[in-house]
Amino acid sequence: MPTKAKDKAEQAITMGIFKHLVDLAAFELPPEEEEYLRKELNEQLRAIRELEAIEVSEDIPITSHGVPYSVAIMPSLREDIIEICPEADDILDQAPEVEERYIVVPDIPSEALE
Amino acid sequence: MTEHLCDLPAYEQVRRIKDGEISAVELLKSTFERIDAVEGRQATTEPYTPSPTDLEKVHAFITVTRERAHAQAESIDQKVAAGEDPGPLAGVPLAVKDIFCVKDTPSTAGSKILENFISPYSATPVKHLEEDGAVVVGKVNLDEFTFGSSNESSAFLPPVGNPWDPAYVPGGSSGGSTAAVAAGEATISLGTDTAGSIRQPAAFCGVVGMKPTYGRVSRYGLIAFASSLDCPGPVARNITDTALMMNAIAGPDSRDATAANTPVPDYSKGLMEGVKGLRIGLSPEYFKLKYPDPETGELIEQPISPEIESAVLAAAQTFAEMGAEIIEDVSMPNTHHGIPVYFVISRVEAASNLHRYDGVKYGYRFPDEEENLRELYKETRGRGFGIQPKLRILMGMYVSAEQYEKGHYERALRVRTLIRDDFERAFDPSGSYKLDCLLTATTPTTAFKLGAVYGDSVLMQYADLLTVPANHAGVPGLSIPAGFGENGLPIGIQFIGPDFSEATLLRAGRSYEMATEADAWRARQPKVIETL
Repeated sequence: MPTKAKDKAEQAITMGIFKHLVDLAAFELPPEEEEYLRKELNEQLRAIRELEAIEVSEDIPITSHGVPYSVAIMPSLREDIIEICPEADDILDQAPEVEERYIVVPDIPSEALE
Repeated sequence: MTEHLCDLPAYEQVRRIKDGEISAVELLKSTFERIDAVEGRQATTEPYTPSPTDLEKVHAFITVTRERAHAQAESIDQKVAAGEDPGPLAGVPLAVKDIFCVKDTPSTAGSKILENFISPYSATPVKHLEEDGAVVVGKVNLDEFTFGSSNESSAFLPPVGNPWDPAYVPGGSSGGSTAAVAAGEATISLGTDTAGSIRQPAAFCGVVGMKPTYGRVSRYGLIAFASSLDCPGPVARNITDTALMMNAIAGPDSRDATAANTPVPDYSKGLMEGVKGLRIGLSPEYFKLKYPDPETGELIEQPISPEIESAVLAAAQTFAEMGAEIIEDVSMPNTHHGIPVYFVISRVEAASNLHRYDGVKYGYRFPDEEENLRELYKETRGRGFGIQPKLRILMGMYVSAEQYEKGHYERALRVRTLIRDDFERAFDPSGSYKLDCLLTATTPTTAFKLGAVYGDSVLMQYADLLTVPANHAGVPGLSIPAGFGENGLPIGIQFIGPDFSEATLLRAGRSYEMATEADAWRARQPKVIETL
């Protein structure tokens, strides 16, 4: 990779972009993690930039998973029948806070629409 | 040398149990004695201070399920006593990678965020193994959410040590599985492979590991990482036991729409048929590494370790002597794109899958009163996830964000097609190569020391360079032991075949086992058990 491209990649994830990503990911990060994470993100991006040099025309279809997902091997859809979940209480037992079978959360932030 | 029941192959354990020579409970006792002898202190999420004795032990398990296993073993013995068929895996001690849900056990994914999660159901492949008589002895450690190639990123420490020398990593992310099986703490294990996570640690620990075709084994109950790449698969000490596991876990599942509805062969049949007439390919792209220089970013080429190259070539010679046709110079030009493509696809899928951990429905929740739900999410995820999941989520956010990296994800999916095309050309029955399988090294080097690579996320990812193309293409891969390096650590070789060709790969693996049965290296034992 030419030096210019390398520099571009190194600076690609600025502190501003990083803060935005952290917000999107919903993380409260300790400061000591921020430096490591941003450095590694930019390192990984340099590896990813290898892809830019590959000729990929629109004619090349995308592969969303490797093995062709043909009708022949696709399982048939389940019949649309209501089944009672036998483990409903076990699942609710895993919730950190429950009140009368309702999961409890703090206030949901909202903005008044103008 | 004293015989320990836990060291016997699964097929022999089953034979003795069915013939009434031993009981499943006796076998379980032998396995727990081994666990007690080699395991070392319990891995926890408490702040970790390494001690010198940690480097002598295996630390494979997050949870040992003694009571549950005992009940299962007793039930097997009752079936034998009643004259009922106890199943093709009757009494065989099974360690499950802790990325699978197993009913009534902590199912942690090696993460603090799921530390207290008790699964209310079992994953489909686990259920099938138990139905066949396998006894779950515990849940084994892994890189957190499978994100790593060394097992060092787990929230549960001490890290897993390689049984051949615990100062070295077992590989990852199924390192707990391969270490437990190598050390006799379990006879078989269920792992997962997203970029090489079964095959790479199998090579590092000197055991057999198979990544089946994508869709061959159900992912229901597997805690998701990258849904288009994740494959559950077997870890065992020999091919015959691997085939027994495949018989149990392969097949369609109404709970996983990607589990292929194709017939499942009997993988145990045909193992002895040999390789005469099989067309086995060698590709120059699998004998060298192409990766960006850490300083300049320029693509550089480096050969794989000479002793591993020699092992692959010696195996090719062995196959030729058994009647296989060795096809050289098979062109696989897109091999080196595997890691950059993986950096994009796996991160996007991981970011999507890991949004479900929010402190609301299950798992860890930040205990202090929070002003609103958004703050609860941030505190919970900031404290619950370790550094590697955070890194993967952030990368996934970045490369899928239109405003930052327009077209990167789509470009990666197109390059994935080119990788798949390489395999289709190689295996095309009317093409120029007409291969039944490729023979390659599993890893560029033998196991590295604990701490030697961890932290450098790019270098760590390149440990999967020779395994990840099969994940992109969806095709099956098998790693088998093929000797030792000068440092006394195992070397693995890999077979990669066309879709649903697991039976052929197992046949090739079994032929190699038979041809090398008398080799001196086969008598070696891992350091942690040689003095027992």
